[in-house]
Amino acid sequence: MSLSAKDVEKVARLARLRLNETDIEQYAAQLSQILDYAAILEAVETEGVEPMVHAIELANVWREDEILTSLPRQQALQNSPAQDGKHFVVPQILDAS
Amino acid sequence: MSSTAATPINQLSMSEQLQRLQNKAISSVELVDATLAAIETHDGSVGAFLQVYPEQARAQAASFDERRARGETVPSLAGLPIAIKDNMCRTGDTVTCASRMLHNYRPPYTAGAIERLERAGAIVVGRTNLDEFAMGSSGENSAVQLTRNPWDLERTPGGSSSGSAASVAARYVSGSLGSDTGGSIRQPAGLCGVVGLKPTYGRVSRYGLIAFASSLDQIGPLATDVTGAAILLEAISGHDPRDSTSVDVPVPSYSQLVQQPLAGLRVGFCPAHFSEGLDQEVAQTIRQALTLYRQLGAEVKEIALPHADYSVAAYYLIAPSEASSNLSRYDGIHYGYRSDKFENLADLYAASRGEGFGPEVKRRIMLGTYALSAGYYDQYYARALKVRRLIRRDYDEAFQEVDVIAGPVAPTTAFRLGEKNNDPLAMYLSDIYTIGTNLAGIPAISLPAGYSKSGLPIGLQLQGPAFEEIKLLQAAYMFEQAAGVLERKPGMVGG
Repeated sequence: MSLSAKDVEKVARLARLRLNETDIEQYAAQLSQILDYAAILEAVETEGVEPMVHAIELANVWREDEILTSLPRQQALQNSPAQDGKHFVVPQILDAS
Repeated sequence: MSSTAATPINQLSMSEQLQRLQNKAISSVELVDATLAAIETHDGSVGAFLQVYPEQARAQAASFDERRARGETVPSLAGLPIAIKDNMCRTGDTVTCASRMLHNYRPPYTAGAIERLERAGAIVVGRTNLDEFAMGSSGENSAVQLTRNPWDLERTPGGSSSGSAASVAARYVSGSLGSDTGGSIRQPAGLCGVVGLKPTYGRVSRYGLIAFASSLDQIGPLATDVTGAAILLEAISGHDPRDSTSVDVPVPSYSQLVQQPLAGLRVGFCPAHFSEGLDQEVAQTIRQALTLYRQLGAEVKEIALPHADYSVAAYYLIAPSEASSNLSRYDGIHYGYRSDKFENLADLYAASRGEGFGPEVKRRIMLGTYALSAGYYDQYYARALKVRRLIRRDYDEAFQEVDVIAGPVAPTTAFRLGEKNNDPLAMYLSDIYTIGTNLAGIPAISLPAGYSKSGLPIGLQLQGPAFEEIKLLQAAYMFEQAAGVLERKPGMVGG
């Protein structure tokens, strides 16, 4: 498995990560090496084996639908890098016109 | 070697510290002061702590001392100083995960395990360094500082709970909390010559533990001895409705039961744990440990874990996949770092994440995003999950034959700082013996088994069936008593 710079750029876009040229080159080589190693899994017979998504297989955990106190707004906002006391502030996403 | 009388009280074992506090032979203020003094003296060179809370710790200690003086009943760990890994939330603290992304994060809630620890009377003296977001095996991925191994300052303490292991090895504290996703408690414990326990998945609440890979993460204790690990495990275990994967089963009294020897103990060993790549001195020490178990009356027998060789490959697809999903919450909007180099919303996300995360975290997000992406999901992620089930079945079968599986914690003793920095795959392979435990969700303990000729600690790992931590602790305690490994301490603290 060999990842090209283009593949890496595509994954970075999916992951919302801005990378520089050096990063892209380095990740292409390193990710290729790791995926090559992971290819040993192809040798394992997995026909009919159920994927195991969790360590302890729990059934759904039910609880009563009770109203509890939620996080006060000020606390929910306290870590935001940009807020106006009521909202998280983000760049404009709709055209102003 | 210093004599017992001259041993500073911060260097005593946890059970001795608790006993002296209870007898009022020492005060909690004295113990906290000794801890703070040791940190002051040595942590400039070790670098275990990211933050220390001297005033808060002294005030809490004074309050416990007063309550004791008044004859009040105090909780079991009242006045005991403990260090915690900087990925566990507590209101009032800044929790960084050793990442630029969370450099100023102040959580509005406290982790379930920390709540229990504080309710039991323990005093959090500070927050310890880690590989950024707990991703790494040497501590070197911290965006803040390097932690050094107290046994040799040119070497890594292991990771990702680098500071939690180093703070115990340097004897600032008798115990600490770490988290273990693929070996992050046990490997640094092994490299630092202390005890570390990764509980069964679901044994300890993950509420308030900043997530790395949610199906693998567990909080667990590190301590200078097995009894200390048992005491801390008892304090933090138990069901927490705020973590729906925490399991509602009774918590045994580990601290009371740990010193009871196990009759008819069956110890398994797996040839796959002694394969190519294992350092000869480590192999020899582990074989000697098996011999010692035989001498103690245990039955020692070979077992098979046929899929053990696939665990690193499966893990490094599963854990990064979960991480890429978990870490998508860092968007530069709700909390954490925000770049100022953006023109629109998509830019804001990408720039904040690109600048806020370090190289290893980005590598794992990339790897996970790739493994989960259209066209590759079945080939990588789904296949890894099937292999995970086969690994779990191997353990289930092995535990029909034996009570615990003994083997090395890591392939080598502590490696040099910088040695594996530019080779991620080599770094990942240092987790080869610990990772299967997390994939299977079972508990395991790492404890000192001996020392290399150059004086570096060698760790023994015992793995056990789900929710049988008590067997691990008892088997480990038997070994600890018989092997006489507790006598040695790093030279820098008088060993």
